[in-house]
Amino acid sequence: MSHAAEAMLDPTRPDPGLFVRDAPGGRAQLDLVVQDMHCAGCLRKVERGLYELPGVEYARANLSTKRVAVRWDPRKLKAGAIVARLAEVGFTAVPFDSRLASALDETEMKSLLRAMGVAGFAAANVMLVSVSVWSGLVTDMDETTRAFFHWVSALIALPAVAYAGQPFFRSALKALRAGTMNMDVPIALAVILATSMSLVQTIVNARHVYFDASVTLLFFLLIGRYLDMQARARACSAAQNLLGLRATAATVIGPDGAQRSVAVESIEPGMRLAIAAGARIPADGEILTGTSDIDTSLVTGESLPEAVKPGSAVYAGTLNVGAPLTMRVTKRDDDTLLAEIVRLMESAEQGRARYVRIADRAARFYSPAVHIMAFATMILWFWLGAHWETALTHAIAVLIITCPCALGLAVPVVQVVATGRLIRQGVFVKAADGLERLAQADTIVFDKTGTLTLGRPQLVNGDDIAPVDLALAVALARLSRHPLARALAEAGNGIAAMDLTDVNEVPGMGMEAQLGTAAIRLGNADFAGAHASTAQHAGPELWLRRGAGDPVCFRFADTLRPDARATIDALKRKGFAIELLSGDREPAVRAAAHALGVAEWRAAARPAEKIARLEELARAGRKVLMIGDGLNDAPALRAAHVSISPADAADVSQTAADFIFQGARLAPVIETIDVALKSRRLVFENFGLALAYNAVAVPLAVAGFVTPLVAAIAMSSSSITVIGNAMRLSRRKAAEARP
Amino acid sequence: MNILVFLIPAALLLGLLGLAAFLWSLKSGQYDDLEGAAERILFDDDDDRPYQDRPDDDRPAS
Repeated sequence: MSHAAEAMLDPTRPDPGLFVRDAPGGRAQLDLVVQDMHCAGCLRKVERGLYELPGVEYARANLSTKRVAVRWDPRKLKAGAIVARLAEVGFTAVPFDSRLASALDETEMKSLLRAMGVAGFAAANVMLVSVSVWSGLVTDMDETTRAFFHWVSALIALPAVAYAGQPFFRSALKALRAGTMNMDVPIALAVILATSMSLVQTIVNARHVYFDASVTLLFFLLIGRYLDMQARARACSAAQNLLGLRATAATVIGPDGAQRSVAVESIEPGMRLAIAAGARIPADGEILTGTSDIDTSLVTGESLPEAVKPGSAVYAGTLNVGAPLTMRVTKRDDDTLLAEIVRLMESAEQGRARYVRIADRAARFYSPAVHIMAFATMILWFWLGAHWETALTHAIAVLIITCPCALGLAVPVVQVVATGRLIRQGVFVKAADGLERLAQADTIVFDKTGTLTLGRPQLVNGDDIAPVDLALAVALARLSRHPLARALAEAGNGIAAMDLTDVNEVPGMGMEAQLGTAAIRLGNADFAGAHASTAQHAGPELWLRRGAGDPVCFRFADTLRPDARATIDALKRKGFAIELLSGDREPAVRAAAHALGVAEWRAAARPAEKIARLEELARAGRKVLMIGDGLNDAPALRAAHVSISPADAADVSQTAADFIFQGARLAPVIETIDVALKSRRLVFENFGLALAYNAVAVPLAVAGFVTPLVAAIAMSSSSITVIGNAMRLSRRKAAEARP
Repeated sequence: MNILVFLIPAALLLGLLGLAAFLWSLKSGQYDDLEGAAERILFDDDDDRPYQDRPDDDRPAS
C-alpha cells in the first residue's frame, strides 16, 4: 500500500488548519505534500482543482519536491476545504510542517547558485581576454594592449573573486580557527595568492597574470559544491515528506466532553486524549477507559500485541490495534522508556563525530605538503640567485598548479552520481559522509521486527483451514478495521462476499453476525468460546465459531520480508558478518534467526544492551552497519558506525539513520552497500588521477615553466578527467538495467 | 587596435546581460522545480500566463 493510500485510510490525520501560516495581505498559506503527483496531467489537475475554489489566489505544485503551495483568502475558505478539494480530484494531500524544512534551507542553495553565476560570468570573460593575450604573446601584441587586457581582467576578476570565493574563505577560516585543515584552506590560499600576485604583476606590467586561473578554479569548485548540496537537499526533502506524511494529531477531550484535534507538540500532562482504533498513541500516559491491544513493535521490537486495561501505562509511538481508548497524559518523567532512549541517543552521539571525511583526511597531508613545496621552491630559486620577485612568482605558480581543483571535485561528483543512482532505487542518503562510512562496514547488525520482518501480521495457517470456514471468516473480517481482520481479509482476496446480517463489532473482543440462522463469531479465544491454543504459537490468533460447531483457529505471525533470506545470503557471500539484535522475545527471534541462517542472535535486548553490544563490536575493531526501525533501535542507529532504516520506521529512528530505504524488499540494502563500495573506489581513483596530474605538473611549476596557459589547460583537463571518471558510476548502472 | 576600446566593453556588456538574466531567473524561482518545468510544456493551454496573472473570467469554469 502506498503511503498516500495509507494516509487516506488513517482516521488520525491532523487538522490542516494547524499548519496554516500567515502570508502578507491577510492571506493564509499552506504547504501540502502530495506524494502521488507524477506527470504534467497531475500538476494540471492539482493546480486547476485548487484555482476552482473561491478565494484561492495562488497554487503552485512542485514536481521535484512533490509539494504544493497554496495561498488564499481565509475569509472565503477553510484549510480543510483545500485538502478535501484535492481528495475530490483524486490526490491525497497531507499538510507539511514548514518547520521541518529548516535543515538545508533554500537561501543557502540560492546564494551558492548566485556565486556560481558570477564566477561563471567572470571565468568566461577573463578567459576571453586571456586567450587573446596568450595568442598575442606568440604573435605581435604590443605592450600597451597587453597591459590594457590585464587591467580589464583585473577589473572583472577582483570583484568576482571577492564575491564568489566567500563560501571557501568562510569555510577555510572556520577550519583554521578550529585548528584543523580542510580542502578549503589550500583552495582559499591559492585563489587569494594568485589574485593578489596577478594584481601586482598587472601594476608592474609583467608578462603573466593568473586571473583566469583563480576565477575558473572558483567556478569549477562551486559547481562541485552546488551539485553536492543539491543532491543532499533532494534526499532531505524526500525524507521530510515521509515524516510529514506520518505526522499525526491527537484528539483532546475537553472538560465538557468536546473533542478537538491538536498538534502532538501541544499536548500537556493531565490532558485527556481519545485514541481511535488503529491510531498511534501520541504521548506517554495511562489508560482511563476501554480495553484493547497495544502493538509496541515500533517501540520495543516485540511482535506480540500487549493487552491493556484501565490503569495500564502506555508509551508514545505505540499503536492501538484494538478498540477505542481514552487516556490521561502523564508527565514525562525520567523512568519512561522514551526518556531512556533520548538519554542513550545523546550519549551515543560521540562515536559518529570522530569520523573524518576522506577529503579532509587527504587535506591534512596535502595542504602542508603543498605549502612546504611552494616555500621550498621560493628558497631554491632565491638560492640559485634569482631575483626575489621571480622566486616568489614560481612559488605561487606551484600553489596554483597544486590547487586541489580536481581534488575538490573528486568527492562531490562521485557523491552526486551515487546519491542520484540510489534515489532512483528508493534509497535516500541523509548523511553527507554516509557513503564513505558505509564503505568501511564489515559487520551488519539487523533488528528483527519491522526490519527483517514486515512488522505487520499475516495469516500463516491458511492452508490448514477448510475453505468454507476461511470464506466465512474473510467475509466477516472485511467489515472490520482491526489489523488482524485486515490481514485475514488480505489473505482471502478474491473470495466471494457472503450474505451476513446483524453484523456487530464488540470492541476488544471480535465480530458477530448471522448467516441464515447460525450465529457466527470471529474474535479472541474467549469470545469464540475456545480454550487457548494447545500448540505453542508465537503470534496472535483469531477464532471463528459457527453456531454450536467447533471453533477454528487462525494463526498470524509477523512474516519475513519477501527477500530477507536472499539478502542475508548475498551479504554473507560478500563477506559480511551478520548478527540479529532484537527486543522481541526469544522464541520469535530464534525462529527468525533459524529461518534466515543467522548463527549470531540476541533476543529481548533493551536499547542499552543493543548499544553495549555495538560497543563491544567496535572495541573488537569492527565497523558496524546497524539496520533497524524501532524507537528502541534509535540509540543503536546513532551509536553504530553507519545505519540504515526502512521508510516506515519510527520518526526518531529515521532522523538518526544515515540512509532510508523504501519498499517491502530488503534488496536496496545490498544496492546501497554496492554503490558505497564503488563510490569509494572511484573517489580513490580520482585522488590517484589528481596526484598523477600533480606529479607531472609540479616539477614543471618548480622549474618555472608554468605559464597561465599551462595552468589553465592542466586545471581543466584534470577536472574533466575526474568528472568523467565519476560518471562511470551511473553509466555502469544503465548497462546493468539492460540485461 | 582602437577598435578594442569598443569591442571589450561590448563583450563585457553582453556577458553582464547574461549574468543579469541568470540572476533574475534565479530570483523569480525558475530553478525551484526543474522536473515540473519539463512537464509543464505539455499543457496545451493557449494562454500560458500563470493562472494568478489572468483576468478572473479567464479562469477555468468549475
